[in-house]
Amino acid sequence: MIRVVLPPHLRTLSRAGGEVQLEIVGPVTQRSVLDALEARYPMLRGTIRDHVSLQRRPFLRFFACAEDWSNEPQDAPYPAAIASGEEPLLIVGAIAGG
Amino acid sequence: MSKVRVLVGTRKGAFILAGDGARKNWEVSGPHFAGWEIYHMKGSSVDPNRIYASQTSGWFGQVIQRSDDGGKTWFQPGTPPGESTTGPGGMPKGESNKFVYDSSAETGKPLTTHLWYDGTQHPWEFKRVWHLEPSHTDPNTVYAGVEDAALFQSVDGGTTWHELAALRGHGTGPKWQPGAGGMCLHTVLIDKKNPNRIYIAISAAGAFRTDDGGKSWKPINRGLHSPYIPDPNAEVGHCVHHVALHPSRPNVLFMQKHWDVMRSDNAGDQWQEVSGNLPTDFGFVIDVHAHDPETIYVVPIKSDGEHYPLDGKLRVYRSKSGGNEWQELSKGLPEKNCYVNVLRDAMAVDNLDSCGVYFGTTGGQVYCSPDSGDSWTPVVRDLPAVLSVEVQTLP
Repeated sequence: MIRVVLPPHLRTLSRAGGEVQLEIVGPVTQRSVLDALEARYPMLRGTIRDHVSLQRRPFLRFFACAEDWSNEPQDAPYPAAIASGEEPLLIVGAIAGG
Repeated sequence: MSKVRVLVGTRKGAFILAGDGARKNWEVSGPHFAGWEIYHMKGSSVDPNRIYASQTSGWFGQVIQRSDDGGKTWFQPGTPPGESTTGPGGMPKGESNKFVYDSSAETGKPLTTHLWYDGTQHPWEFKRVWHLEPSHTDPNTVYAGVEDAALFQSVDGGTTWHELAALRGHGTGPKWQPGAGGMCLHTVLIDKKNPNRIYIAISAAGAFRTDDGGKSWKPINRGLHSPYIPDPNAEVGHCVHHVALHPSRPNVLFMQKHWDVMRSDNAGDQWQEVSGNLPTDFGFVIDVHAHDPETIYVVPIKSDGEHYPLDGKLRVYRSKSGGNEWQELSKGLPEKNCYVNVLRDAMAVDNLDSCGVYFGTTGGQVYCSPDSGDSWTPVVRDLPAVLSVEVQTLP
């Protein structure tokens, strides 16, 4: 079971709590995490990554174990602490605008 | 007794203002979708309890919301056919957020680029829905004007969307370029007598018309003159801010252009300027009285560099002659130190016997005139910046 923390606006939209727990089969990567997240919360489709290109939206970033993983390949395995659920994956809205 | 429901989209959520027939007593609900930009909300004229809302965010993209009970509750209509209407935990699904440009060969001319600020071609990129226009005949049919400019249609209550691609593909698309607010398709007007005739307007491309339900389109910008573009009389490239019509006379159009207030009496084939004695003819909104198709309203704004009223005095101007002769309306409006703007979709009229006129400001005020503009009262004063105002007249 991995843990994902959503930004506040997406918690409201999805009606999920502050931390979401997801079961991932296979490698824990950006792609597999978002696939599982969107399968469980379909209203989040398009809000974190583009519907078609699957590219990360520009003002969202992914942090794993205090490291910015936003620009890593979508299939790069996250650190073991994320995969084990010891640490949460943080999806963070950029601090920009008002 | 009749009543009104005013749908207000703001930078930080949606608000619904419920007023009595006298438009003196108001109940305010909201914010709905708190913290999100609500570019536009509009109710179906066929089923007034059906309301569509465009919820958007620079961070999180586009979400379409729908209410079937007059705005009391909302849901995202998108659910793939054959699947449960909700996901685990009872959550609705999100297919209705999906706006994908049509680049299929079947539509004839898949179009991938438009003119960019530096004169180069730039890819079409979906950003948000600016305007939602429900059909006059079917509550499940609704049009969405989007940025980057395109027109989408849903025939299943907002569940799924497909582009009416002939608009971008009709030929002038590569010449369209963004205005300062982005390359938005902000105006959608459906001829109530002939649903196959639709007018749309784009900043900064101009106005366009289809007479066959979106299968083919033509620019309707003859007579527009824009000295700030390379060819002031170009077929496309004009920064149209808003267009309005009266349902009883769908061939008569009124336009607030970047500068200039314009009128067409032949469905946009030819325009003439009707700015007349306006103190400035820059502005964003324009609308038509519910019962008198020759009475129109604008809110003059100082200039394209200074988006606020002249001399700090907020004024609506009314013409009872379809333009040229304008009357200043000031009763109840700020007399000094007012430096708000009124954005292009932020004016509306109701259909009560004494026509009500409404507009919202970037300062968060929504003003109502229950007497066709003679006097004004703020319904609310301190909302987030108002992006859009629509009104429903209810039995």
